[in-house]
Amino acid sequence: MDKIVAKNLNLWYGDFHALKDVNAAFQANRITAIIGPSGCGKSTLLRVFNRMNDLIDGVRTGGEALIDGDNILDADADLVRLRTKVGMVFQRPNPFPLSVYENIVFGERIRGVKSKRGRLDEIVESSLRGVLLWDELKDSLKKSALRLSLEQRQRLCIARLIAVKPEVILFDEPCSALDPQATARIEELMRELKSEYTILIVTHNMQQASRVSDDAGFMLLGELVEFRRTDEIFTAPRDKRTEEYITGRYG
Amino acid sequence: MGRHFDVELADLKNALLKMGTLTEEAIANSIEALKNRDASLARVIIEGDAAIDALELAIDDTCVDLIALYQPVARDLRLIMTGMKINAELERIADLAVDIAERTIELVDKPHLKPLVDIPKLAALAQSMVRMALDSFVKGDPELAKKVLLSDPEANALRDAVQSELIDDYMVKDGSTAPRAVQLLLIARFLERVCDHATNIAENVIYLARAEVVRHRPIDPE
Repeated sequence: MDKIVAKNLNLWYGDFHALKDVNAAFQANRITAIIGPSGCGKSTLLRVFNRMNDLIDGVRTGGEALIDGDNILDADADLVRLRTKVGMVFQRPNPFPLSVYENIVFGERIRGVKSKRGRLDEIVESSLRGVLLWDELKDSLKKSALRLSLEQRQRLCIARLIAVKPEVILFDEPCSALDPQATARIEELMRELKSEYTILIVTHNMQQASRVSDDAGFMLLGELVEFRRTDEIFTAPRDKRTEEYITGRYG
Repeated sequence: MGRHFDVELADLKNALLKMGTLTEEAIANSIEALKNRDASLARVIIEGDAAIDALELAIDDTCVDLIALYQPVARDLRLIMTGMKINAELERIADLAVDIAERTIELVDKPHLKPLVDIPKLAALAQSMVRMALDSFVKGDPELAKKVLLSDPEANALRDAVQSELIDDYMVKDGSTAPRAVQLLLIARFLERVCDHATNIAENVIYLARAEVVRHRPIDPE
């Protein structure tokens, strides 16, 4: 099922044309990786899907970005609803300076939902279980999130996301602050999550893209050069520029 | 939490086992067809080869994908590299089963040249070497693989015995036996080649288990 569709998507930062006529359909319950050299527009593309680029002055967009058929670039798009539906995980884990427990129920609280204690406890347990942190942290839910290891913090940020029941998770270089073992465990977690979510990941680590993703897109200078199944991209890319990039000959 | 890659490797191993089962079956059937002069069974083997060829291509594809996507190292890399080689050896064994089946079809409507003695022995040896080689791969047992290697000289000796008997006792003495004797000579040659491929599989199993190359050198029975 096409969960997210970009149709002739363009984006300018002032005069700089950062996304050029991007057309792609991202499937539900699959992991799609976007690869490409620094500055190619991959993070910009990712940030279109939860309107994060709106935070930057002078951004203009053209074309459409559809999620479940709705154009999220419309002026009257409901951004709160969008950002509940589309969560994002960043390069450096960014938990709030609160307890583990309060981090996870934060979304529920700011939504103003008057939840009973028992209901919040359930959300905390199921979210921590979802990121395989429950057994590690069930006895230290009051501990400050800032005292967790980097990997635990990144998992906690994912738990905080899934607590508000998103449908899409955007990962922007989620492992670049982690060591190889923690990276491998986060990758396994992404695989666990894909049965319930649509997952997009931006990474400059090509090996990570090849290991973890089902589909992959290669971007260069704002253009989506090639977008196909990951095994096809990494064994027989069709575009010469993709081949040059993944074999390390480009740039 | 295990590695997703391990699931992929287990799938590869299962595909190779399926390839092994089909190949073993083809060889067993080709020997049955020869012994019982059963042309219809021989045709079943010939028709069944397309499925084995298709599986060979699929396994090859999988191996290429796994290398491209996971950049395997150490034992993981050895498993995929040996998997590719074993895959090719199995496909060759299946082709030899087809060759034997084709010779059998040539022989069925001609009178017996002689009672078969050494060929069934060679056939039994070939079958057991293939089975042992596959078992050693499944169990990751280099000792069992070594047994396969040690059986190869016996296969060569049996083939030589068949050859000299057919040439000296039949073809030289009575030229009219040549068309049938040549078919049997070829069958003995094919069976001995099956043993060679089983030996190659076993050598790869030893490499997989111990990262030790035992190809192209004499075997130390110890």
